[in-house]
Amino acid sequence: MFSNNGIVILLTLLIAIMASITPMPLSVDAFRPDWVLIVLVYWCLALPNKVNIITAWVMGFILDVLLGSVLGVHACAMALSVYIIVVNFQKIRNFSVWQQALIIGVLSAQYHLVVFWLQRFLSDVVFLPNYLYPVITTIVLWPWVFLLLRRVRRHFRIK
Amino acid sequence: MNPIFNQGTSPAQRLTLVLLCSAALIFFDHKMASFETARGYLQSLVSPLQYMANAPKQMMTWASENIVIRQQLMKENQHFRENELFFHEQAMQLDIVRQENERLRSLLSSPVRGEIKKMFAEILSVDSDPYSHQVVINRGTNDGVYEGQPVLDEKGIVGQILHVGASSSRVILISDISHAIPVRIQRNGLRLIASGSGQIDRLIHNFVAHSADVKEGDLLVTSGLGGKYPEGYPVSRVVLVRTDESREFATIYSQPVAQIDRLRYMLLLSKETTKEPSAEASKTNSGSLKNSSKAGKS
Repeated sequence: MFSNNGIVILLTLLIAIMASITPMPLSVDAFRPDWVLIVLVYWCLALPNKVNIITAWVMGFILDVLLGSVLGVHACAMALSVYIIVVNFQKIRNFSVWQQALIIGVLSAQYHLVVFWLQRFLSDVVFLPNYLYPVITTIVLWPWVFLLLRRVRRHFRIK
Repeated sequence: MNPIFNQGTSPAQRLTLVLLCSAALIFFDHKMASFETARGYLQSLVSPLQYMANAPKQMMTWASENIVIRQQLMKENQHFRENELFFHEQAMQLDIVRQENERLRSLLSSPVRGEIKKMFAEILSVDSDPYSHQVVINRGTNDGVYEGQPVLDEKGIVGQILHVGASSSRVILISDISHAIPVRIQRNGLRLIASGSGQIDRLIHNFVAHSADVKEGDLLVTSGLGGKYPEGYPVSRVVLVRTDESREFATIYSQPVAQIDRLRYMLLLSKETTKEPSAEASKTNSGSLKNSSKAGKS
């Protein structure tokens, strides 16, 4: 993972983790996009030999520790979402950016639903529609993250 | 591009491995509570990340605190002075009342309440996870924080310590769905349990009979029964009482008095109380009481 400037991948993931835990006002917080998921999906599409399900699981685990949820919940959801990308990466690569954004939206919804189901299984949480607000921001954010990370990848010649 | 045919393990194999790992983690973390120490270490490991993520917000508050006009500061200062005078007067009154209370309690040979040690803490970050209500504070084992320690702000009870790291720890709020706190109504001493609802402005009281004397606007204070929270701190105010006879129990909701959604500074209360002198006092007192009763008998 660290050969050919692979350390940059790790840096982008770290920044994504920080972005997902920085304190925000309550009204904005409901719309916080899934930074870690977006960045992971990009690297999985671009370099599936470097970033894989295990990476996604470890990132999910760190999120679990940071968010204080039951260990393994976010890890499991993250791994499931990234699995779909890893299996279909050659197809998804050929889609246009907006089509990709819709797919990422579905993935993000699946991620939040898996987290919700696991939490529901462990404690008596009830479903509120605003648990799915991040899907909207994630869809809007994908093209920009895609362009930015592609630039980063070409600049540092990460292979 | 690396060759795609000689990959070691297939994605499906990796997924099964990873899912098994998560299942094991969820089981051990949720059901066995055997991960408490490991969680402490993990919390200390990731606390630099939390401090870094908190840096932008801290810079903003620093800037807004530094860019104030002189007039504003003077006004604030005046306000604080007035407040201090006011509180000082109250403290004097309280001192007399406390002494009196202690004397009465020792006469009844019931244990005297000791002083509670307090510690100041500042909030580091709020969870973005909508399923749990937790915040992280900037105190850890290095400062003597322990698990289960009660936390309050200037208005009332906020929650208790959940996981302790070396320099930061996690507070579970009273509105979290897995949290409950024993309370009593200040007006008449009726005991209730306030369970979190997962909504920031609502606590639920289950299993309260229709005939119970609860009114909207009643203040609920900690009853000190569970042994976790000291007695008498305000928790919430009743906002809704619905006695629908077709249901088994009354529906009662209350709203926390602490401003849980805009926390910044908090107080941690310690269990280590200065009991020594008061305990001796009560002993000698009960001794003298016994002596006097003996004297009376003889």
